[in-house]
Amino acid sequence: MAILINESTRIVIQGFTGKIGTFHANDMISYGSNIVGGVTPGKGGQEHLGLPVFNTVKEAVQETGADATIVFVPPAFAADSIMEAADAGIKYCVAITDGIPTQDMMTVKSFLRRYPTENRMMLTGPNCAGTISPGRALLGIMPARIYTRGNVGIVARSGTLGYEAADQMKMRGIGISTSVGIGGDPIIGSSHKDILEKFEEDEETKAVVMIGEIGGPQEVEAGVFAKENMSKPVVAYIAGLTAPEGRRMGHAGAIISSAGESAAEKVAMLRDLGVTICPTPSAIGGTVAKILSGM
Amino acid sequence: MDIHEYQAKDILAKYGVRIAEGGLAYSPEESVQRAREIDGSVWVVKAQIHSGARGKAGGIKVCRSHDEVRDAAEELLGKNLVTRQTGPAGKSCTRVYVEAGVQIVKEMYLCFLIDRSFERVVMVGSAAGGMEIEELTRTNPSAVKKIYIEPAVGLQDFQAREMAFALGVAATQLSHAIKIIRGCYRAMRDLDATMVEINPLIVTATGELIALDAKMSFDDNALFRRHEIAELRDKTQGDPREVAAGDHGLSYIGLKGDIGCMINGAGLAMATMDMIKLAGGEPANFLDVGGGASAERTEKAFRLVLADKGVKAILVNIFAGINRCDWIAEGVVHAVRNIDLKVPLVVRLSGTNVEEGRRIISESGLPIITAGTLAEAANKVVQARNQVAIEEVEGV
Repeated sequence: MAILINESTRIVIQGFTGKIGTFHANDMISYGSNIVGGVTPGKGGQEHLGLPVFNTVKEAVQETGADATIVFVPPAFAADSIMEAADAGIKYCVAITDGIPTQDMMTVKSFLRRYPTENRMMLTGPNCAGTISPGRALLGIMPARIYTRGNVGIVARSGTLGYEAADQMKMRGIGISTSVGIGGDPIIGSSHKDILEKFEEDEETKAVVMIGEIGGPQEVEAGVFAKENMSKPVVAYIAGLTAPEGRRMGHAGAIISSAGESAAEKVAMLRDLGVTICPTPSAIGGTVAKILSGM
Repeated sequence: MDIHEYQAKDILAKYGVRIAEGGLAYSPEESVQRAREIDGSVWVVKAQIHSGARGKAGGIKVCRSHDEVRDAAEELLGKNLVTRQTGPAGKSCTRVYVEAGVQIVKEMYLCFLIDRSFERVVMVGSAAGGMEIEELTRTNPSAVKKIYIEPAVGLQDFQAREMAFALGVAATQLSHAIKIIRGCYRAMRDLDATMVEINPLIVTATGELIALDAKMSFDDNALFRRHEIAELRDKTQGDPREVAAGDHGLSYIGLKGDIGCMINGAGLAMATMDMIKLAGGEPANFLDVGGGASAERTEKAFRLVLADKGVKAILVNIFAGINRCDWIAEGVVHAVRNIDLKVPLVVRLSGTNVEEGRRIISESGLPIITAGTLAEAANKVVQARNQVAIEEVEGV
C-alpha cells in the first residue's frame, strides 16, 4: 500500500522546464515514477523530456488525469503555484521550493481551508525533500538508492537527516514503506501528526520513525496523537540538543522561542507519551531494529 | 531580520502610530543638536542596539539639560552593551536616539506576531505594560489578551475594539487606540514583518497615546520584495562571521566550542553538533552549506570555518541529495590546497556520487581523515581535536 504515492499516482511537475525541475524530473522518471507531464506557463503545447507541457495545472489535469504534483517554482511564485494545483483538483502536492515568505504560506493555508476536508489537497513542504515510496514512486529530490522497500515509515522535517535515518536502516536491512519530508519552515502543509495518521491507516507500515527538531509544538502534538490513536510503535529523534536559544538554526522553523520547544524538553515529553527515543542521531537504525525484533 | 527602535518608529509613524518627537545622532554634539530641536526640558537618550531590556543595562538615560544629553551620548556611543537578551558578547552601540521626555500616566503592552501553530497573525495585548510579556504570561496569564486574525479577511474593527478595551483605554482614546492597532497590523502585512511590538504603549499626562518603545522583525525570506526594509539592516549588530556568511548565501552561527563544522541541511547540521557534543567535543559553529553547493561555494564555506582562529579541528559531513559528493570533495581538496590547512580535517561523505567523492579525496594525497558513518565522523574529529590540545600543552 504505502502512503500518499504509489506506482499508479499520476504526477505533473510545476516548474518542469527550468534547470532544477528538469534535473529532478529525469531522476524521478528513471526511478519509475509515473510522470505524465509538466506545467510551465507560456510553454504550453511544447514537449519536454518526451512529455507534454501545459500552460495551467487545470489543463494538465484534464488532459492527463494527474492527481499529484511537485513544485519546483522559485520562491516568489511558489505559493501561487500551490494554490493553482489545489484549484485544479490535485489531491497531493509536494512543494520543494525553499525560501517562500511566511505570509505567503499563511495565504496558502487559508486558501486550502476553504475546501471541505474530503476535497482538500494534501500538501507537504515547502522546503522539504519530498516523498518516496521505495520501488514504486519518487516524488522528491532524495537520493533514491538509500531506500529499500519495507515496513517502516519515516516522517522528517529535515531532508538530509531523513537520508541519514534511511541509510542507517538500509545498513541493517530495514526497508521503508514511505518516507515523507514535511519541511523545515515555520508554516508547512502537513505536520508530523498528519503523516502519523496516514501511517496508522496503512497496512504495510509496521512502525514509524519521526525525526524532529527544536522549535514549534508539532512533535509533541504528534506524540499525543500516537499515544491516543496509534497501535503502531513510534521511534523519535529530536535534533538540536546543543542549539542556543533564540537563534535560527538554518531552518526558519528551527528556533527555540518559548518553553517546551527545546530538544531536551521535547524528548522528555515524548518519552512520557510512550514514544521510543533515539538517544543519538547515529542510533536511529539500531533503535528501530530493536523495536522490530520485539514485534 | 531585526531593525532598530528608531527605524521601527519611523515606519509605524507612517502607519498612524503616534511617537514622541525625536532624532538620531552619531556623536555627542549631534545629540545636543537633536535635543535643541526638541521642545521641553527633559530628554531621553536611548542606545540603538538590537535588543530589548536596554533600560536595566544602562542603555536608556533620562537627561534634564543639554550637558546631560552630551554626557549620556558620550557614555553610550561606542560602548558594548550587555543586556539580558544579547548574551555575554553584548552589542555595540554606534548611534543614539534622542527623544522628548514624556509624562507617563499608564503603560500598556501591544504586540503582533505570527503564530506558527495557528498559521495566523496573533495580536497580544495587556493593560499591564512595561514589563516583558514572557514574564507577564507566566505570572499573570489572565492579564494577557490574545486575538487571532483570519488572514483572508484581515483585522476587523470589532477585534481592534476588543483589544482596545482589554488595554483599558478611556472612551475618549478609543478611536485613537483603534487607529494604532490597525496601523500596526497593516504595517505587518504590507512589509512582511514577523513581529511588531510596542512596549510600552503609554497614555501621557495630556491624554495622548504614544509608542514609547517599538520593535519590528522581518521575514528574511521576503526581503527580496521589500528592498526598503532590506536596506535597514545594520551589520554592526550581527556576529561578523555570520554577516560574512550571509553575504555568501550560507547559513552560519558562531558557537563557543573549537570544532569547526561544515554540513549540508539544517537538521543534519544540528544532529551532527549533538553527536560532537555526545562524543565529548564542543562545536565552534553551525554551518549549513545548503543544497546545490558547488565546489566554489564549498571553498567559501571552508574559509569561513577557518576564519575562526579558535578552531582546532574540522568536520565536514555531507549527505548529498541535491548536492553531489564529487563537487563537495573537489571544493574541500581545492580549499585545503589553497589555504595551507594547519588543523586536522575529518570528512564524511554519503549519498549522490559518493564513490566519486571518496575517490577524489583519497587520490588528492592530502592528510584528510575519512569516516563512513556519522558516529565514526564525530568520534574521529573529537579525537583529532584532543590530540591537537595535547600537542599544544606539550608544546610540540
